[in-house]
Formats: sequence, C-alpha cells, structure tokens
Amino acid sequence: MICPDAPVLLEIRDLQAAVDDQPILKGVNLTIRAGEIHAVMGRNGSGKSTLSKVLAGHPAYTVTGGSVHYRGNDLLDLAPEQRARIGLFLGFQYPVEIPGVSNLEFLRVATNARRSEGGLEELDTFAFEDLVRERLEVVKMDPAFLERSVNEGFSGGEKKRNEILQMALLEPLVAILDETDSGLDIDALRIVAGGVNQLASPENATLLITHYQRLLDLITPDYVHVMAAGRILRSGGRELALELERTGYDWVDQELERFAAEGQQTGRAPLEVG
Amino acid sequence: MVAVVPATPYAGAAGGASASATAAWLASLAGAPLPNRRQEDWRFTDPAALTGIDPQLIGLADPLAAQALPDGLECLSPAAASPWLGQALAATTSLKHWPVLLNAGASAGAAAAQPTSLLALRVSGAAGRLQLPLDAGDQPGLARFRLLLVVEAGAQLELLLQPSSGGVNAISLVSEVILEPGAELTLGSLAIGAAGSCLLQHTAVVQAPGSRFEHVTVSAGWALARQEPRILQRQGGACTRLRALQVCCDRQLADTHSWVCFDGPDGELDQLHKAVADDQGRSVFNGAVRVPRAAQGTRAAQLSRSLLLSDRARIDTKPELEIVADDVKCAHGATVSRLQAEELFYLQSRGIAADQAAQLLQRAFCAEVLRDLPAGAAALRPLHRLLGEG
Repeated sequence: MICPDAPVLLEIRDLQAAVDDQPILKGVNLTIRAGEIHAVMGRNGSGKSTLSKVLAGHPAYTVTGGSVHYRGNDLLDLAPEQRARIGLFLGFQYPVEIPGVSNLEFLRVATNARRSEGGLEELDTFAFEDLVRERLEVVKMDPAFLERSVNEGFSGGEKKRNEILQMALLEPLVAILDETDSGLDIDALRIVAGGVNQLASPENATLLITHYQRLLDLITPDYVHVMAAGRILRSGGRELALELERTGYDWVDQELERFAAEGQQTGRAPLEVG
Repeated sequence: MVAVVPATPYAGAAGGASASATAAWLASLAGAPLPNRRQEDWRFTDPAALTGIDPQLIGLADPLAAQALPDGLECLSPAAASPWLGQALAATTSLKHWPVLLNAGASAGAAAAQPTSLLALRVSGAAGRLQLPLDAGDQPGLARFRLLLVVEAGAQLELLLQPSSGGVNAISLVSEVILEPGAELTLGSLAIGAAGSCLLQHTAVVQAPGSRFEHVTVSAGWALARQEPRILQRQGGACTRLRALQVCCDRQLADTHSWVCFDGPDGELDQLHKAVADDQGRSVFNGAVRVPRAAQGTRAAQLSRSLLLSDRARIDTKPELEIVADDVKCAHGATVSRLQAEELFYLQSRGIAADQAAQLLQRAFCAEVLRDLPAGAAALRPLHRLLGEG
C-alpha cells in the first residue's frame, strides 16, 4: 500500500559494508514507509543478503559508511537484540538449528523481550501458550513443533513457517524476509506467503529479498528494487519484477558496463561487478 | 555464565597445616605418594588441590540412618558384605589406583570416626529409588565413603548419590557394583563442590550378561574432581550407558578417566562425555574402551563434546580404543567448540540479550546429560547450581 504521507520507518542512505575487509555494499539508498511492501531482487552475490544481515546487526559485517535510521533514530548504534526489541525482524534464509533449546521457551523469551520493550506486561507460561496457539494458525503449524528444539530436524518448509510464526509473535514494524521462498514447495510457499499477507498492515512494512517472481505472485510488492554490485541499480513498481522474469538479468550487466564507462568519463569510481 | 567461585590458594591448608604435611599424611594413608604428572593417568591432572585440606579424617553420620529403605533393599553387615568386597575392584584392575589406595588406607581411621564407614546394600526385585546425600559440609579434612551394591538377578534400582562440599575438604568415594544377570541399575551422581574442595570418585562395576548399567555423573564447583568409572562386562552381552557432564571454571580442574572392558561377545556401550570449561578451568577426559578377541559382536559408541568458553580455559580429551576383535562396531568422536556464533546471533536477532543467549545455549548443552539423572535430581535444580543461577 503506497501512502506518501505515511511515516518513514526505515531510511537507508549510502550504506556501505564489508565482510573480512571485502567491500560488499557500496552505497545502498532505500526509504521504506509504513504500509509498504518492498522487494529487493538480484543475482547471487549482488549484496541482497548482506543488506539484510547488516540491518539486523550481524557481527561478521562491518559498516564502513552511510547511515540507517529507524523511525528517525540511528539503527546502526544498536545491538542486534535491541534492534529486534524495537521492532526490526529478520526472517533468515537458513534458520539456525539450536539443539536442546525448546522452541516454546525460545518463542516465549523472545516475545517477552519485545513486549517489555514496548511497555507491555510479560506473559507467563500459560498466557503465552494461549497466544502461541492462536498465532500458529497464521502459518497452519502443528503444535507438536513447539515441543521440539528450535528448528532441529525441521524440514525446510517447517523452518520457514517457524520464522513466520516468530514474526507473528513479535509483531515487527519492519520485517526483512531473506529468501523466505527458497527451498519451499508450492504448498508451503502459499502458506508462508499467506502468513506474510495476514501480518501486513498500514502500520508496518515488509522488505522481501528474493531471486524469483514466484513469491511476488503471492505477495504483491509496492516497489521492486534490483540490486547489483552492492547497489540498487534500478527501482520501480511490480512491473519491474515481471520485466526481470521476462528478460532475465542480462541487462544488468549492460547497465553496469555503462555505469563503468560513465564513471571513467566523469572520474567517479566505477561500479564493480560483484 | 558459569558460576565463578573464588580461588583458594592450594599452598597452605585452611587450618594452617602446610601443603607438604598434608601431602605426607595422604601418602601415608594411601601407602603411596601423591600421583604426579609423570604417571600417564595423571599427565594432565595436578592433584595439588588435595594438599590444601587439613590432614585429618572427618566423622560423618551414616547417610542411610536418616531414611527408610524401600522394599527390596537390604543393608548388609560388614560380615555379610565381606565376601563381595574387593571383587569388582580386582576384576576391573582398580586396586592399585591411587584414589582406591587412599580410600582403603583411610578406612581404619574412618571406622573409628564414623560408625558406618561402609554402605553395603543388596537389591532384590524392583527396589525403586533411593537418594544418598554424601555431604562433607564445611568440616575440614578428608571424608571417606565406601559403597557396595549387589544387584541380584532381575533386580532394579535407581540410585542418586549426592557428594557435596561446602568448604575446604576432600571426599573420597569408592563404589563397587555387582550386577547379576538381568539386573538393572541407574546410578546417578550429582556432585557439587565448593572453593578448595576435592572429589575423588572411583566406581568399579562388574556386569553379568543381560544386565543394564546406566551411569550419569555430573560434577561442578570442585577445585579438583576426579571421576574414575571402570566397568567390566565379564562375559559380554550386557548394556552399559555412560553419561557425564563436568563443569569447571575459575581455576578448577575436572577429570574423568573412564575404562570399559568387554570380556565376552555382544556387549553394548553408549558413552557421552560433556565438559564446559570457563575462565582458567581445565577439563580432562580419557575414555578407554577395551575390545579383546573374545568380544566379537561388540557395539560401542563414545562421544566427547566440550565447550570452551574462555581463551585461558583448557580441554584435553582423548579416546583410547583398543580393539582386537574384528567383528565389532566401534565409533568414537570428540569435538571442542565455542558457543556457535550463528546460534548466538539468531537468538539475539529475536531480542534475546547476548548474555542471556549464551546462557540459553549453555543450559541446552548441559541439559542433554542432566535430563538423564535419576528423577529425584530435578528437585535439586542441578542446572541452577551448575550455572550459578542462584
């Protein structure tokens, strides 16, 4: 839902980041307002997943330039847990298995961390069980998964459902879903996409990171951005995703070459193909 | 985080006795000098913490006197126990082990100080559960316990030992277990020490075919904790399940030297040894498994998993499999790792603070062993005590 007057939730300006001294993000600009659904597409290695990890505060990535503001406040200053508590959520491409930590306990501790930040009362075991059973409906998940260790032995589809269940419990204002569609069969994809659609509201925003159009058939984005070589190369409406589906990413290479040539003429640093 | 117990200097005993006087006293009790690092079994284990105690024996009340024994359990008199005593120690070649020598040497003095220095039990039928608190409290000196368990054919028992200390002292505990055909024993040990305290726990077990022995040991908080479970499957065909967790922080040293021998075919062993080392803690594991030619069809699996939480902590872990029989399945593995960065980040990304996330992961690591302790252990809140959660 595009609403130009809605408050800005996330403002990314010239964001640059590196991992092991290797620059990956080379100046990302993106503004996300409440109510909007954005999709970032691009080839492997274009920097999509790095963008999501940097926003969530992964310690392996170093921000080397630029800024990110979340509801007007500097996001990059905050520890990962603090970012989550104030309403930023990262749905992992590969959710981590944690043997021995009960999924139910994990969900309860996470939910209460978010609630207490928002000034809400923490939920005891019983109240939380009521809540979690209600939210299980969002992703049609079997309650038996609550009794198991976090993601341990879950199939790919079950892990992604568990991610959306966490999103349903944490009620983030900005949800970044990193390749939530990868490894899902069509039924699981429908359930996961249905969950995301149910949770979208005029107050929150979603950033989908994906390779494929197929997720965007089920979740309609307001904006589509194409990333290459650590920058957003082009932005548009959902028609851009359809165009990509039709033409592939070859034009991206041509555009990068054109940028490189322009860079040489103007003396600006050329874009590198990552 | 693992509880940090203040270090007690090893040199100089609490009561003022010098370390060398205590060492001489211990050596005279054992009839052999304190072990040293030139001995292969003590290569990584410095027994110096023992010399911090006062050179005297502690007199304790009979742990069995305070409780009613369940049906199927019978206390054996020293005379009735004597034919059994020493059998399991001899069969498992334990008699020359220093902790066994010390325990034997201390018996004369202990008998005077302690009305029942021998706890001898015969188990028949399904005897249910029993807990034995073996608490040295804050009394200075050496507390000595000797346990004999004879589990008759087809009998069952779940026993939880609770060696504990609240001061600068040492507990010497030697257990002998004889499992007759079809007998089943779950022997748990939840051992929580204090700064300056030491635990020497030797457990000699002889299993007849068809018997099942499950041994779950958990230790934390001792300046020195040495566990020596030694199990012989006399004719093979028995089932042995070993679960251990040792936690050491500050400058504590936790050592397990296990030994399992199959003297016949078709025996089974399932062993998991876990260790957590923080601060300058030091953990040692040596897991010997002997599969001689007579032990065809043996299935043995040993896994050692250690969590290293500090740059200054140290872990030495060594499987020691000696397999002569050719038709066997024997697996072993050892891992030493830190808390996984991806697991920590995943928890943090859900709003869980870094220290709370680390604690959740440590609890999970420990819980895998703790949940196998006999049921009575849960009431003692072992996780809280292990991780210093008050």
